[in-house]
Amino acid sequence: MTEVRVLAATGMLGSGFLESSFARGVALQPQVIACDAGSTDGGPAYLGAGMPFFSPEAVGRDLRLMLRGALQLGVPMVIGSCGFGGGDAGLEGVRDIVLDIAREEGMRFRAALIHSEQDKGYLKRRLAEGRILPLDPAPDLDEGVIERSAHIVGAMGHEPIAAAIEAGAQVVLCGRATDTSLFAAVPVMRGAGEGPAWHAAKTLECGTAATAFRKRPDSIFAWVRDDHFDIAPLDPDSRCTPQSIAAHTLYENADPFLITEPSGTIDTTRARYEALDDRTVRVTGSAFNKANRTTIKLEGAELAGYQSVIVAGVREPFILRQLDSWLAAMQSRFADRVQEVFRGRVAPGDYAIRVRIYGRDGVMGKLEPRAAELGHEVCLLITVTAADQKTAKAIAKSFAHFALHFPIPEWGGLISGLAFPFTPSEMDKGPVYRFTLNHIVVPDDPQEMFRTELLEV
Amino acid sequence: MPILGDLAKLIRSKNAGPFTLTFDVMFDDEATYRHVVASRVLTRARFAAIYGVPEEKVMFFEHDAARAIKISIPRPYVQCDLDDGDAYGGQQHAPLVELEVPDPA
Repeated sequence: MTEVRVLAATGMLGSGFLESSFARGVALQPQVIACDAGSTDGGPAYLGAGMPFFSPEAVGRDLRLMLRGALQLGVPMVIGSCGFGGGDAGLEGVRDIVLDIAREEGMRFRAALIHSEQDKGYLKRRLAEGRILPLDPAPDLDEGVIERSAHIVGAMGHEPIAAAIEAGAQVVLCGRATDTSLFAAVPVMRGAGEGPAWHAAKTLECGTAATAFRKRPDSIFAWVRDDHFDIAPLDPDSRCTPQSIAAHTLYENADPFLITEPSGTIDTTRARYEALDDRTVRVTGSAFNKANRTTIKLEGAELAGYQSVIVAGVREPFILRQLDSWLAAMQSRFADRVQEVFRGRVAPGDYAIRVRIYGRDGVMGKLEPRAAELGHEVCLLITVTAADQKTAKAIAKSFAHFALHFPIPEWGGLISGLAFPFTPSEMDKGPVYRFTLNHIVVPDDPQEMFRTELLEV
Repeated sequence: MPILGDLAKLIRSKNAGPFTLTFDVMFDDEATYRHVVASRVLTRARFAAIYGVPEEKVMFFEHDAARAIKISIPRPYVQCDLDDGDAYGGQQHAPLVELEVPDPA
């Protein structure tokens, strides 16, 4: 019987884990230690600006313990989606933290950096060949979108990771990778059942998110065998239950039964979850349906402009009863003011003013079923977006003043219709990004979109 | 009449990637889960009506092993676009909390 033991340090590199839990995991002799470090969940700014989510101190704390554990056991350590967005900047940031730790601790190892940032020429060629396909829903895609995107990454499957380990890399730092690939690579390489390997990987990737009352981010452990896997948290006060493990297929996932990976689909339809003891769960019946082609998901982010933000309250009942028409008339008249101020240098399409109304539908927008209800006061969050910060700020300054005194017919005389909690009333938000792609590429080979660099540390 | 929020162990919404929102309604015990499913308080059609989205865009699951009802829809605004007010998608479940759960017919 094959058994591959996998230690997941925590749900996200830099979020932390108990040193005692991790040590308990190392004592169980895992054949790989892995951790995911990124997501799209924080928004497009991280990929777009190459900005890490956690501080180097937080990431370094987790990495130091993981490196010590992996080197002590002589097993690979795999980090996925380095730097959060998984672009080259993020990968290089994590590499530098690893190199600093290795220097301080006198560690020696072979490292692989697997780049997932995509060459725009390659993507344009694949687009022209009809080998970039939209997922549902997807924004429109043409060469211009590829050109405008600040960074585009492909989410690698397990193949480039397995190849790096076969090339002798003990520390494998990946750009964007599917969360599951990090945890599935070694079990698949060592001949564990593919269904259990992938389903275990999906369950491990968020660390203790799969426990029954997650106390804190922490380490979790799986034993992956031919036709089942067992999983348990490493903090003795924490528990996995059949329900908590089954429920993890729900998390951040559109379909809990069919989960698409680059090389196939995890199928949990017939999975059975049973308690082995009060903290360990055995899962049988997981399947992995191999696809007849590889599909690599793309993520891209482009600069959407620079923003200034105005926060304002409205309490006056006469304004509130005509809030939409007041705001619409104000914005329409303000468009003329922009032409006066900038003497035609800022066209109507060069800036965007958005007013979000908290106290009505500020949180849910179009999805709000109670949008007809208004409280006795509302908060307006006004954003002004333009191509540069100077223009956004200039427009915001004028708009705040223009809006403050914009009249309503009920009152004769100058009104002040907005309550600003801050002065100056506008604040600079800086650059803002938007996601540009929800597409897959059909490559010839699962590895052709990823470039591996080996380093002797 | 009890509301769904009283009966569920957890009701949550979350991004499933930048283009999809997903809703999980989870129960502690089998009896409550079965009771809510049988009440038909939360179905594909009911969800579509509450959120004002076309029914064919609603993915709807009953997950017996997790004792959960799960729904996924396209995001009304792409995550973090100018009109999006919920970067993590974490507050979109609110209308489900106060749904009144009748006894099964």
